[in-house]
Amino acid sequence: MIAYELRCRECGKTWGNIPKSICDECFSPLEVSYDYDAARAVFTRERITGRPANMWRYAELLPLPPDYRPSLPVGFTPLLSAPHLAKELGAKRLCIKNDAVCLPTLSFKDRVVAVALANARSFGFDTVACSSTGNLANSVAAQAAREGFKAWIFIPADLEPAKIVGTQVFGAKLVRISGSYDQVNRLCSQIADERNWGFVNVNLRPYYAEGSKTVGFEIAEQLGWRLPDNIVVPMAGGSLITKIRKAFDELIQLGLVEEKQVRFFGAQATGCSPISTAVKAGSAEIEPQKPATLARSLAIGNPADGHYAIKTISRSGGWAEDVSDAQVVDSIQLLAQTEGIFTETAGGVTVGCARKLYEQERISPEETTVLCITGNGLKTTDVLAGKYAAEEPIAPKISQFDKYLEQALDAPLTVEAA
Amino acid sequence: MTITVQIPSALRRHTAGAGKLDCSAANLHELFSVLDEKFPDLKPHLRDEAGQVRRFLNVYVNEEDIRFLGGQGYTFQDGDEVLLVPSIAGGAE
Repeated sequence: MIAYELRCRECGKTWGNIPKSICDECFSPLEVSYDYDAARAVFTRERITGRPANMWRYAELLPLPPDYRPSLPVGFTPLLSAPHLAKELGAKRLCIKNDAVCLPTLSFKDRVVAVALANARSFGFDTVACSSTGNLANSVAAQAAREGFKAWIFIPADLEPAKIVGTQVFGAKLVRISGSYDQVNRLCSQIADERNWGFVNVNLRPYYAEGSKTVGFEIAEQLGWRLPDNIVVPMAGGSLITKIRKAFDELIQLGLVEEKQVRFFGAQATGCSPISTAVKAGSAEIEPQKPATLARSLAIGNPADGHYAIKTISRSGGWAEDVSDAQVVDSIQLLAQTEGIFTETAGGVTVGCARKLYEQERISPEETTVLCITGNGLKTTDVLAGKYAAEEPIAPKISQFDKYLEQALDAPLTVEAA
Repeated sequence: MTITVQIPSALRRHTAGAGKLDCSAANLHELFSVLDEKFPDLKPHLRDEAGQVRRFLNVYVNEEDIRFLGGQGYTFQDGDEVLLVPSIAGGAE
């Protein structure tokens, strides 16, 4: 294993390895830093490709305790070429990173939770917790059940029913809060201050967030150890986009891929767009918003990593866009109908923003572009309510079906000659 | 007029263990001046080298982010409960 420890991003103070996310000196976020010189010898293409197809193949650049033995094959989701969607968007080389099928709970949050719980165990916590817009709730609840932790999950009261049941089924304690995610998150900071619990996105956050890098490692490996020209990433708290960039930077630094300026594009829903608003205004600071969007998994009005997401985007030469709720739903349907991938609202945001970015010619059709699909549509079926009428049932008779088909095709049915 | 300020535990080693403070600050600017004076050890943690309140410190008034109430321009009301909460980022720069 490679040595790692927490370091303050702003003042540089090191903290060893403890459950802590904020530098006491200057209040800035702590970040996991690695001994990259030691990593160079062991983090190689040959070693990685010889390992099972899951995110643990990148273990040297994850903060994992020395005795940690993963019990779930998390990650290594498909990177699919998307020619039919590409045609619709006016693109040529378009790929989908499909975390709608990530194990065990069908979102990219499985990656971060797996790393967080590895550390919760080594820090001696018997209870884990989180504030969540839904996907994180599902993942903490499921993985806590498997790993034998008690789980306390805090959510805004208005979450989608599937995400609520998909948390409770694992036996987690679910606390519904009358308020926005930002209020839930603030409350969790206060609770984490008082109780000896492993809050995956509070006191374990530096470790947790590193799990997102595996999205970036996998994309590069699946492109044949090359980086894409562009990547479109949905933004809620803004952490994922910064961690994909960290992953690409680490691969360049350790010589696994050739250096390349990847342009990072952030995607938000217009009803909760503090990061895209700042990028468009050329501002480095976030003005918090009160979310009003059906893309509830992205409804964070005061994004913790917003400042860093803006930096990642602007330094890369990228951009940020946002789309209306109607465009989110249209885009969910478009992705399903063109590529057979059913994504949740966040995926609709990503596809909808990608369409705008091609229209604005901010992304060139000839370049290789990856869209990050981070969650599964089965969790947010409520947004499609009314889109598909329930058909009248027909009797189980071939004559009835022939009649039905005739009507459906609006033309007489011709029977082929035997 | 009195407001109550809650100090998060991470900062209490700079306040001799005090978890809250009652004061009569009229606005955010005055509040930080009061904190500077009462807890001089806390000052370098709340303010950067240029004297600005640090980016990652969020201030809430009665559970609401003060930026939604007008930020620097908000005038505290009698009985306001003020929370200082560091923002939790995972920030890779």
